[in-house]
Amino acid sequence: MEREQGHVVEYAVLLRVWAALLVLTALLLAASRLSPALAVLALLTLTPLKAWLVLYFFMHLRYEGLLLKGMVLTALSTLLVFIGMLFLDIGFR
Amino acid sequence: MSEHKDYSGAKIGMWLFLFTEFMLFGGLFILYSAYRTLHPADFHRASGELSAALGGANTVILLTSSLFMACSLTAIQKGRKGASMLLVALTASCGALFLAVKGFEWASKFHHGIYPGGPGLLQRPPGEVLFFGLYYVMTGLHGLHVLAGTILLCVMLALLARERIRQDDCVKLENSGLYWHLVDVIWIFLLPLFYLAA
Repeated sequence: MEREQGHVVEYAVLLRVWAALLVLTALLLAASRLSPALAVLALLTLTPLKAWLVLYFFMHLRYEGLLLKGMVLTALSTLLVFIGMLFLDIGFR
Repeated sequence: MSEHKDYSGAKIGMWLFLFTEFMLFGGLFILYSAYRTLHPADFHRASGELSAALGGANTVILLTSSLFMACSLTAIQKGRKGASMLLVALTASCGALFLAVKGFEWASKFHHGIYPGGPGLLQRPPGEVLFFGLYYVMTGLHGLHVLAGTILLCVMLALLARERIRQDDCVKLENSGLYWHLVDVIWIFLLPLFYLAA
């Protein structure tokens, strides 16, 4: 009987993702030296982008079905709601 | 009768565990955000004392380890056991290297009396005490995860050697990889929050 298997991600794809992650890290470090506003902007854009690359390619989320994608989205959205509630609390007290 | 295997079930179970990890660290990120909003200047000053170079170096180490980990799964899926074992060993070595850098970093802070309850820390403003408290809790908890991951990878190495992980049955390696990558994702967020907040 053939066993169910995960998707095989080619080395070349993984290498490209790794290179992209290193470039984004260099940009993040450079932005944080230039100005505080740029540092915050980089924190809010480059960091989630890096996390997404790891989740999507290294953790094979790209090749998973809707069930798993939906589960991850639900968990992350829950966390985002908590973070949103925190800032509503701090911002309006 | 063959042993029952449930590939999708095993992977969904691992992801459910990872969600609890999201929430564990998520709670700490929320705590960090709250205190940073209350003490922006103190956080800014305290962050300037951490070495962005060391933080960056550890980021490169973890990102590279994640590459090795992902490649080790590809290798075993292609039936290349030797390459897979080498890549798992390299991943674990990166984990050990990361912990060594972290230990070096912590030791130099300890040397200056900057540790929870330490003399160098207690005379500082409250926001800086909070910053370093969170720094030790969050990087410490993350460090424990790296340590656990490194031990887990050593176990996987043994399982690969004994052919308990094979080309047609490698979900254990895949799940260990998921754990390792999650630890990497958490570090991706820790870097800008602690090392680049100055």
